[in-house]
Amino acid sequence: MSVLRPLDKLPSLNTATILLVGTEDALLQQLADSMLKEDCTSELKVHLAKSLPLPSSVNRPRIDLIVFVVNLHSKYSLQNTEESLRHVDASFFLGKVCFLATGAGRESHCSIHRHTVVKLAHTYQSPLLYCDLEVEGFQATMAQRLVRMLQMCAGHVPGVSALNLLSLLRSSEGPSLEDM
Amino acid sequence: MDSYDASESTPRQSTSLRPEDYFIGATFLQKRLESVRKQTSFIPTPPRRKIPHCSQLQEDVDPQKVAFLLHKQWTLYSLTPLYKFSYSNLKEYSRLLNAFIVAEKQKGLAVEVGEDFNVKVIFSTVLGIKGTQRDPEAFLVQILSKSQLPSENREGKVLWTGWFCCIFGDSLLETVSEDFTCLPLFLANGAESNTAIIGTWFQKTFDCYFSPLAINAFNLSWMAAMWTACKMDHYVATTEFLWSVPCSPQSLDISYAIHPEDAKALWDSVHKTPGEVTQEEVDLFMDCLYSHFHRHFKIHLSATRLVRVSTSVASAHTDGKIKILCHKYLIGVLAYLTELAIFQIE
Repeated sequence: MSVLRPLDKLPSLNTATILLVGTEDALLQQLADSMLKEDCTSELKVHLAKSLPLPSSVNRPRIDLIVFVVNLHSKYSLQNTEESLRHVDASFFLGKVCFLATGAGRESHCSIHRHTVVKLAHTYQSPLLYCDLEVEGFQATMAQRLVRMLQMCAGHVPGVSALNLLSLLRSSEGPSLEDM
Repeated sequence: MDSYDASESTPRQSTSLRPEDYFIGATFLQKRLESVRKQTSFIPTPPRRKIPHCSQLQEDVDPQKVAFLLHKQWTLYSLTPLYKFSYSNLKEYSRLLNAFIVAEKQKGLAVEVGEDFNVKVIFSTVLGIKGTQRDPEAFLVQILSKSQLPSENREGKVLWTGWFCCIFGDSLLETVSEDFTCLPLFLANGAESNTAIIGTWFQKTFDCYFSPLAINAFNLSWMAAMWTACKMDHYVATTEFLWSVPCSPQSLDISYAIHPEDAKALWDSVHKTPGEVTQEEVDLFMDCLYSHFHRHFKIHLSATRLVRVSTSVASAHTDGKIKILCHKYLIGVLAYLTELAIFQIE
């Protein structure tokens, strides 16, 4: 019904839209603000959502990149992400989905094992990024990274497509992942 | 996260050779590099773990001798291997540590009002607290106050107790040379100032390093599952969990108490393979508790942080405090804690 599809809308001129999905409202808001502060030739649009499916009543532009933010301190955010993933069309996973794990720095607060998130990213063939969104510096760096990724996924970088980026990011993972 | 695997043999064990086969110096570094390299590859937390059972060495453990270890709150530390520690020099160590403590206290660094400066330090080994024959013997350090009247009460009051142990520490034992004694788990009970003094002395004498061992929510839920799985004749305490909700301005604490037999019944319905505990079973066990709570209170406990777990076997707090209540599963509880300590060292 309201499954997100990557190509069901026409792209708007010079616009790149990113969707951040996660339970941590404050962190998502800060990340969105950092991203919008970035210098970028394209016009950036950042959408925030607690979970999918998105309400169909809103008129929104085509989404170029979905980032699922998982907080390693909270099992609830992982369950929420797993629920939301069901509402994303399979063709989105060709480089237009990315997982972001936050909270790995404070090991004593973690209730999810890192391996669980690694396995999730591996199952969905999507890159996994780590960032402690609570730390200013890391958040700013991650915002820069996401803006760059978004530009590639929206097709604004000549010569690089989302699929190219995906295969580049995947080649750094070890072969032992196959045993999982 | 944890490199120790209880159910399958690790590749490390099959490839280790005797030290004499290599040049001296290259071996230990090589072994360390090998173990570190193996950990950075995606070896997951062992999805299976044996339920703590009465160890084969249980006969050596005298229930009376270990009774003083139970029902006390211990603060946990992980300790790197001790250099040139010898079990035959315990008397000498007692003497040196005694002198050090007296010197420190006279320096005024750790003066407490009303404290007796006449203290006596005793080092002793505790037999039987080990997992395999390879594990080094556990030893105990006690600070006793010397009583003023030597005629009565030769043994003064115990002011501070600390003990070092290693249970199934194979993964660490393989990677260190003969000069080192591996006792990665240190438990202390008593004044914090004494712990600091003892820690300083050990660090200076044996070139080791203490660090506080915190237990995160993931490990606490494993402990809850493993301890609930233990078969007990009678339950001495209710099974209780404590969660901390991160909200401003003041954090909220949620406490959830279950009758231990109900908890065991829940675990039995979740548990499939006998003698092993898997990650899925632990997750399912905790999810049952979370969904039950959600149904009644509409609060998602999975979004909060598990801070304390308390069962009839033992109780653990995330700050690294543990209290063991049952001598039957003492070795099992210590084995898991040793694993966490080894992981922190590595």
